[in-house]
Amino acid sequence: MTSLQVNMAGLTLKNPIMPASGCFGFGKEYSQFFDLNKLGAIVMKAATLEKRLGNPTPRVAETPSGMLNAIGLQNPGVDNIIRDELPFLSQFNSVIIANVAGTTIEEYEEVAKKLSATGQVDALELNISCPNVKEGGIQFGQDPELAKIVTERVKRATHLPVFVKLSPNVADIVSMAKAAEEAGADGLSMINTITGMQIHLPTKRPLLANNTGGLSGPAIKPVAIRMIYEVYPHVSIPIIGMGGISSAEDAVEFLLAGASAVAIGTANFQNPCICPEIIEELPKVLQKYGFNTVEEAIGKAVNR
Amino acid sequence: MKREKMTVLSISPLAKDTVEMVLKTKNAVRKAKPGQFLYFQLPGHTLRRPISIAAIDKESGTVTIIFKVTGKGTELMATLPPGSVLDAIGPNGNPFPADENGSNAVLLIGGGIGVPPLYCLGKHFCAQGVKVYSVLGFQSREYVFYEEKFRKLGETVIVTDDGSYGEKGFVTDVLHRFKLYDTYFACGPLMMLKAVTKQLEDVPGFISMEERMGCGIGACYACIIEANTEEGYKKICSDGPVFRAGEVLL
Ligand SMILES: Cc1cc2nc3c(=O)[nH]c(=O)nc-3n(C[C@H](O)[C@H](O)[C@H](O)COP(=O)(O)OP(=O)(O)OC[C@H]3O[C@@H](n4cnc5c(N)ncnc54)[C@H](O)[C@@H]3O)c2cc1C
Ligand SMILES: Cc1cc2nc3c(=O)[nH]c(=O)nc-3n(C[C@H](O)[C@H](O)[C@H](O)COP(=O)(O)O)c2cc1C
Ligand code: FES
Repeated sequence: MTSLQVNMAGLTLKNPIMPASGCFGFGKEYSQFFDLNKLGAIVMKAATLEKRLGNPTPRVAETPSGMLNAIGLQNPGVDNIIRDELPFLSQFNSVIIANVAGTTIEEYEEVAKKLSATGQVDALELNISCPNVKEGGIQFGQDPELAKIVTERVKRATHLPVFVKLSPNVADIVSMAKAAEEAGADGLSMINTITGMQIHLPTKRPLLANNTGGLSGPAIKPVAIRMIYEVYPHVSIPIIGMGGISSAEDAVEFLLAGASAVAIGTANFQNPCICPEIIEELPKVLQKYGFNTVEEAIGKAVNR
Repeated sequence: MKREKMTVLSISPLAKDTVEMVLKTKNAVRKAKPGQFLYFQLPGHTLRRPISIAAIDKESGTVTIIFKVTGKGTELMATLPPGSVLDAIGPNGNPFPADENGSNAVLLIGGGIGVPPLYCLGKHFCAQGVKVYSVLGFQSREYVFYEEKFRKLGETVIVTDDGSYGEKGFVTDVLHRFKLYDTYFACGPLMMLKAVTKQLEDVPGFISMEERMGCGIGACYACIIEANTEEGYKKICSDGPVFRAGEVLL
C-alpha cells in the first residue's frame, strides 16, 4: 500500500492534494460533485477585513494552455466568511487553510486574528502575491523586507501555522523565500499567478477590464517547478506547490522538485472532479516511479 | 448539476454561422429547465463554453443547443460529426420562472443568439396553455432562424437591423404593438437588454445575461454583475443567468 499521508508544519494531511485558493470558493459548489472529505486540505478563497467587490468585468480570458484572471480579491469579508462559510467547511475532516489578504499590515493581522479565534481553521496562507489589486497584496510579495514584516506580524497574531504564498513576479525568488522563513513562516506556497495581458482584436484594447491579469494553468507549470526547485535547497520549511497541475504525473513532478503537497487551481474549472481523480491516480503513479510513500518523493530531483 | 458525456446525435446549419446540435443526455434532460445552460469542455481549451438549452425532449432523451460560431471554441464545436462525445456540466444556473409565474400571456423578446433559450421557454409556456407572443431581432436575412417554430407558438414579429428580412429596425421599435401580455422575457445583446428594460420599465420582466466565466458554478467570482441588493452583486453563472428586470444593473 502506498502511503499518501504527509506531515508538514505540524499538520497531518491524509494526502498531498488540495484545491488552490480562489479556484474552489468555500467548497459548497464542488461538494455537489464529490465528497470533500477526500481532500488532503481545502484552501479557501482570500479573506479581507471588509467585503470586497473586486474588479470590473470581464475578469477572465482564455490563453494558450491557461487563463488570465483579474478577480481583484472579491470576497464577502472575514466576518461573513466566518459566519456563512466556515461552519460548512468545518464538517469535513480535511485540513482547512484560510487565505489571508489585505492592503495594510494591520489588515493582515486583524484578518489572521479573527480566523484564528474561530478554532475551525487549521492553518493560514498569507497572500502577499495577488497581482490584481492596486494596493497591498503584491507589494508585500515583491520586497523581501516588507514580506518579512508582514509575516512576523501575522505570526505574532496567530497560533496557527502560516504559509507565505509567494509571487513569481520577482527577480529573485530565493531571497523572498528566505525572507519569509527568517520571519518565522512555517511553510511556503508557490506560485501565485504570473502577470499577463491579452489584447481583444475587435476592440483593439486589452480584453480584461483590469487590463492585466494573472496567468494560471498548464502554461505556468514549468515556471512553478523551476522556482520550487530553486527554493527547495535554501529553506527547511515545507512548500505547497501549485501552478498548472492537472494530473497525478504533474503532482509527482512538483513533489520531486521539492513540494511537500500540491494545490490544484485552474484545472478545477475544466474538471470539477480533478482533485479526487488525482488522489485516486497518485498511488499508481508513485509506484510506477518507484516510491512507496509521498514523503520519499519530495525533493528527489534536487541535489541538496 | 452533474458532469456527463453527451453524444452528438445531429448537427446542422440553421443560418449564417449558426449551428443547431441535438445531444443525447441521461442527466441533463431530466433536470433541465428553460433558461439554464450547459457548460462544455472542448479539447485544447482551458475554459468551458456556456451554451443555453434551446429545447428539451424528455421522450427521446435529448436536448438541443443552438450556437453561433464566434471564435475558436464554437468553430471546433461546429465541426463535430454525429457520434462525437462532448463533456458537459449541467444544467447550470437559475431558470426562467416558468412554472410559478401565474402568467396568462407572455412576450418573448430575443436578439440574435439570445433567441435559443426563449424557444425552450415559449414551448414550455405553450404546453401550459399560456399565450405566447414573440419579437425576434437579427442582424440581417442570412442570420434569421427558428421563425416557423416561433410562429407555431404564437404571433411572431421578425425585425432585422438592415431590413433585409421582416421589418427594418430593432426589437424595441415594435414592442408597443403588443399589449395583451403580463410578463416579458428577454435575452440578447446587452444594448438590447438595456433598451428593452427601459422601455418596459412598468411591466414585470425577466432577462438572461452573459459574462465570461471561469468555474461556471459559482465558486470563482469571474462572472459578477452589479445588483440592487444588500450584497451589491450577483453571480451570473449561479444566481443567474436569468434575473428579474431591475435586479441587476445593466
Ligand atoms: C449563460 C450563457 C448562455 C449562452 N448561450 C449561448 C447560446 O445559446 N448560443 C450561443 O451561440 N452562445 C451562447 N452564449 C455565448 C457563448 O458562450 C460564447 O459565444 C462562446 O463561449 C464563445 O466561445 P468561442 O470559443 O467561440 O469564442 P472565443 O472568443 O474564442 O472565446 C474565448 C473565451 O471567451 C468566452 N466568451 C467569448 N464570448 C463570450 C460570451 N458572449 N459570453 C460568455 N463567454 C464568452 C469563451 O467562453 C471562452 O472562454 C452564452 C453565454 C452565456 C454566459
Ligand atoms: C480565478 C482565480 C482566482 C484566484 N484567487 C486567488 C486568491 O484569492 N488567493 C490566492 O492566494 N490565490 C488565488 N489564485 C491563484 C491560485 O491559488 C494559484 O496560485 C494559481 O492559479 C496557480 O495554480 P493553477 O495554475 O493550478 O491555477 C486564483 C487563481 C485563479 C485562476
Ligand atoms: S464563473 Fe465562477 S462564479 Fe461564475
